[in-house]
Amino acid sequence: MPGSDDVTGFALFLPLRRPGAPPAESESVCMSSTEFTEPDVPPPTDSADSTESPTAPTRRTFIATTTAVGGAVVAGGFITGSTFIDAEGAEAGEAAPSSRVSLTVNGSRRTVTVDNRTSLLDLLREHLDLTGSKKGCNAGACGACTVLVDDRRVNSCLTLAARLEAAEVTTIEGLADGDELHPLQQAFIEQDAFQCGYCTPGQIVSGVGCIKEGHTGSPEEIREWMSGNICRCGCYVKIVRAVEQTAGRK
Amino acid sequence: MYPFSYTKVSDTREAVNAARNGGRYIAGGTTLVDLMRETVERPETLVDITGLPLREVTVTERGGLRIGALVSMAETAANRKVRTLYPVVSESLELSASAQLRNMATIGGNIMQRTRCTYFRDVSADCNKRDPGSGCAALKGVNRTHAILGTSDDCVATHPSDVAVAFAALEAQVQLLGPEGERHVPFADFLLKPGSTPNREQALRQGELITAVEIPAHPRPLKSGYLKVRDRQSYEFALTSAAVALHIRGGVIRDAYVAAGGVGTVPWKLPAVEEALVGERPSDRLWAGAADRAADGARPLQHNRFKAELLQRTVERQLRTVGDST
Repeated sequence: MPGSDDVTGFALFLPLRRPGAPPAESESVCMSSTEFTEPDVPPPTDSADSTESPTAPTRRTFIATTTAVGGAVVAGGFITGSTFIDAEGAEAGEAAPSSRVSLTVNGSRRTVTVDNRTSLLDLLREHLDLTGSKKGCNAGACGACTVLVDDRRVNSCLTLAARLEAAEVTTIEGLADGDELHPLQQAFIEQDAFQCGYCTPGQIVSGVGCIKEGHTGSPEEIREWMSGNICRCGCYVKIVRAVEQTAGRK
Repeated sequence: MYPFSYTKVSDTREAVNAARNGGRYIAGGTTLVDLMRETVERPETLVDITGLPLREVTVTERGGLRIGALVSMAETAANRKVRTLYPVVSESLELSASAQLRNMATIGGNIMQRTRCTYFRDVSADCNKRDPGSGCAALKGVNRTHAILGTSDDCVATHPSDVAVAFAALEAQVQLLGPEGERHVPFADFLLKPGSTPNREQALRQGELITAVEIPAHPRPLKSGYLKVRDRQSYEFALTSAAVALHIRGGVIRDAYVAAGGVGTVPWKLPAVEEALVGERPSDRLWAGAADRAADGARPLQHNRFKAELLQRTVERQLRTVGDST
């Protein structure tokens, strides 16, 4: 999405670990990617990614590398490529309990083995390279991680991936139809409904849910039913207009 | 987050057996996962109960309403029977959390949710609820949002649920299934005041599973509603709230059900307010006089003295809103 920025989501929001505290689950996300049935990857809607050639280092791997060099102490774990391995777990030689789960993400069937602690958000971002969904608070308070699970909007940061057997997940990357943006994505552009863009993927997916639920009868109703998505730039007026415009066209 | 094993159960007996052996139930997970990440909660085994058949909302033979424990907050709020019979329940739910969280969280989980006290959620702070005997950092800390009713020297944390306030007002029952079978617990006895054991929050026995919340039949017509006062307009916990249900016939209040939220260590039933209303005719004077009793017994802390008067005004306004509506 225009304005989306992985820098804040990836580097700055890595939680600081307290002494003696267990590893944050983002550090121990990826156990192994067994039996990946790599389906057709949906066309990325992230304009930054789509302009990069497959062989060039992506912005994301560049950031990961610089984090590994400059921020390994902060992360508290080893970084191998895009895979995190928990330092404590590795030293102890004990794997944390994991689960195998098959789910559908943006129309593609995925089978993965995940540490039970892995959130859906971390599965998407760290394992499936779907970095559109953002990690804002990681506590269900900001809505930046909003995705649709079985057609209902949820906070992916509070959803354990291991529980999603047979679930259908739709993220911001799954809304567009090829090169044609979802009407709400288009409306966000037309209404200029973002500044920094960090909350935007969550706002749009939540807006899609809000429209499906039918809570778009008035600007007041939209505001109330979109209140789970915080925008620190304060673009609420235009976000409401974008949702209103899209609901009106239905 | 500490490692845990995970199992999903397909019938209630299997669930109870798993929990009897130390497993922890998880439904929507919106509180539990959050607190596990903060390492406040450290379950070794999660027992996923979302596959259990506890998703029905039914009108009972006697005319009450039985809400299955796994019905989501969103589904409950939208349910036609709930909206028709007990608007106070749907209103309290729609004024809770966010649309995303309401899609995830369940009725059983909602009444099991733990306090939002920041000292409870911060594992480096003293908290008798999290770490019995360590002390209560809120007593002399920042306690603006804390309780003024039902507190003890060991804990002043509020119960954060809104719909639990409606359930308390309507004198609901919590239906449980445990190793020794089924039992029904009045809502007033289900959530426990902290006393000297704030770590013990519900009258649950080892392995017991909430299967439903049942609201008994009340005389009809019953007008009801929920008012929530908070620091921002939406998506915030209550500073004060009032659940009110009134049965008015022949111009006289025959039955009154009133409870308050945001002020108590548990949802706070207001029998003194109810008594002041029953047998009387609706009037502004009656609403004000009854609401004067709302903060009886309050023990404010340094930063939440405002809550006693705010509570009285919240109750008064909601009595007027419900009582004067036609």
